[in-house]
Amino acid sequence: MSRTITKKLMLFFPKCECEKPIIYHLVKDHNLIVNIYRAKVTPEEEGYLVLDVTGTEKNIAQAMAFVKTFNVSINETGKGVVRDEDGCTHCGHCIPHCPPGALRIADKATREVVYNAADCIECLACIRVCPFGACASAF
Amino acid sequence: MKTYEQINKRIESGKAVVLTADEIMDYVDKKGLAAAAEEVDVVTTATFGPMCSSGCTLNFGHSKPKIRMSEAWVQDVLVYTGLAAVDVYLGATQLRHGDPANMYYPGEFRYGGAHVMEDLVAGKTLQLFALSYGTDCYPLREIRTYFTINDLNQAIMLNPRNCYQNYNVAVNDSDKAIYTYMGTLDPNRKNANYCSAGQLSPLLNDPFYETIGVGTRVWLAGAQGLVYAEGTQHAGGGERTPNGIPKGGAGTLALTADMKQMIPEFVRGVSLRGYGVSLAIGVGIPIPILNENVLKRTCIRDRDILAPVVDYSSDYPQNTGKVIDYVSYEQLRSGQIEIEGKTIAVGSLSSYYMALKIANLLADEIRRGEFTITRPVAYLAKDKRMKPLLIRGKPS
Repeated sequence: MSRTITKKLMLFFPKCECEKPIIYHLVKDHNLIVNIYRAKVTPEEEGYLVLDVTGTEKNIAQAMAFVKTFNVSINETGKGVVRDEDGCTHCGHCIPHCPPGALRIADKATREVVYNAADCIECLACIRVCPFGACASAF
Repeated sequence: MKTYEQINKRIESGKAVVLTADEIMDYVDKKGLAAAAEEVDVVTTATFGPMCSSGCTLNFGHSKPKIRMSEAWVQDVLVYTGLAAVDVYLGATQLRHGDPANMYYPGEFRYGGAHVMEDLVAGKTLQLFALSYGTDCYPLREIRTYFTINDLNQAIMLNPRNCYQNYNVAVNDSDKAIYTYMGTLDPNRKNANYCSAGQLSPLLNDPFYETIGVGTRVWLAGAQGLVYAEGTQHAGGGERTPNGIPKGGAGTLALTADMKQMIPEFVRGVSLRGYGVSLAIGVGIPIPILNENVLKRTCIRDRDILAPVVDYSSDYPQNTGKVIDYVSYEQLRSGQIEIEGKTIAVGSLSSYYMALKIANLLADEIRRGEFTITRPVAYLAKDKRMKPLLIRGKPS
C-alpha cells in the first residue's frame, strides 16, 4: 500500500468540458478524497476549480490522466490567489483577515509579510481588504 | 554636547556615526548613554503609511493659445484651479469622476488623487482635461492633452498633515462589519487595526519637538524636502505618559518636497474599502544627537509607547472621546491584544518594513555626506490643544 498524499491543484475547464461530472469520477473511480476550495464552472463558459486531492500517489496519477482526457489543464503550481510582490507594502492589514495564516509576518525584526500559497484556502478576504490591491484572483 | 554645525562637518567629511531608531536602544544599552551621546551624530527615524492630508501643486506651463483653467481633471480626477492660470492643486483623497463612492456599499475606490500622484512619480503618461470661461488674455476655452512629470515646470508635494506623533487603535463594537479609514473592522471586536511606526516614528523619538521643527530637512519619498509648518490638527498639549510620550495623536508635520526627485516605491495610492482613497507615503527624519537628553529620547521602545483603543462604530463617529483602554506597540506587534478579557487579532495600516527600509536609506545618505541636518527656523508648539467644530445657529 503506497503512501497517502495531498496535492493542491487548480484545474482549468475549457468551454466544452463544463457539463461533465469529472469530480464525481475522481471520488468514485479513483478513490480520492476531494476538498474543493473554490470553483467557478458555468455552463457555456470556461471554468476554474481549486481543490485538494488526497489519495495514494498511484491513484492521483491515474485520476490526473483521466482528467487530462477531457482537455482539462492541471496546474500544480499556480494558485487561484496571487500576490503581486511589488504591490505589497508589508503593512500587515491582511493578516487578521487571513484564516489559515497563509499571509503572515515571517521575521519579527523586519516585519516582512510573506504569502505561502500552499496554505491558502481561497477565501478571497485578502483581495477585499488589501489597500494596495496587491492580492488578486486568477479567476 | 554637539552643535548642528559640528555634526554637519562630520557628515560632510563622511565620518558621521549614524544609527536608526530601531538600532539605537541596544547600542546605548551596550555603550552607556554618555559615551554613546559623544559618539553618535544622528539617529534616523521613519514612517510609511496612509496620510490623507497630502497633495501636490502642479504647474503645466502655457499652451498656444493660452488658457486660464477654471475647472480641470487629471486622469478624470478633479483638481483645484482656484490659483493662477495653469497652477492646480491635486488632493490625495479626491475621487475619480463617476466613482460610485459608497452607492454600492462598501465602495472599492480603486483610483483617485493618490493614485494619480503615484502614477505621476512613476513617470506614467497622464491625461489633462481643462475648461475655461475665456478671457482676453487667456482665450482658449478647452484643452485635452497628455503629459508626464518631466513635462511639468513644477510638481511639488504639499502635505498639510503627515507624521502623526501617535495614533488610535481602531476596533468595532457593533454587530456588523464597518469600513473605515483604519481599514475593515469585523464586528464584536474581532480585529483591531493600528497605524504608526511606533519606536521608529519621527515624533515619538523627539516627543518634545526639540530638533524637529519648521525648516527641518526631511526625506520625503526619497526627495530632500522640509517641514514647512506645523501640521494641521497639531496638538502637542494632550495627555502624556510619565516618560513624555503622548497617549494619543498629538503632534503633526506639514511636509513638502519636489516630486521629480521622489522614488515611486514610496508614493502609493491606497484604496480603503467603504471609505475612500488615501496616499501612503514614506517619510524619514534625522535626529541630530545634540546631547544626552536628545539621545535618551530616541531610545524609546515599542513597549513604552501606549496607543488608545477606540470604538470606530460609535465613539469615534459620535466624537465622544471615549477610550476603551491603552495598549503598547509591543503588544500590537505581537499580533494579538487583550482588551477587557477578550483576545483580539491585530492588523496594521502602517508598514514597519518600509519604515525600516527608509530609516536605513536615510542613514546611508547621511553617512555618504549627501544629507545634512538643519536647525529648525521655528519650533512646534508643545501646549496646543485641538479645537472642535461647534455646530451653531446663525448669529442674529
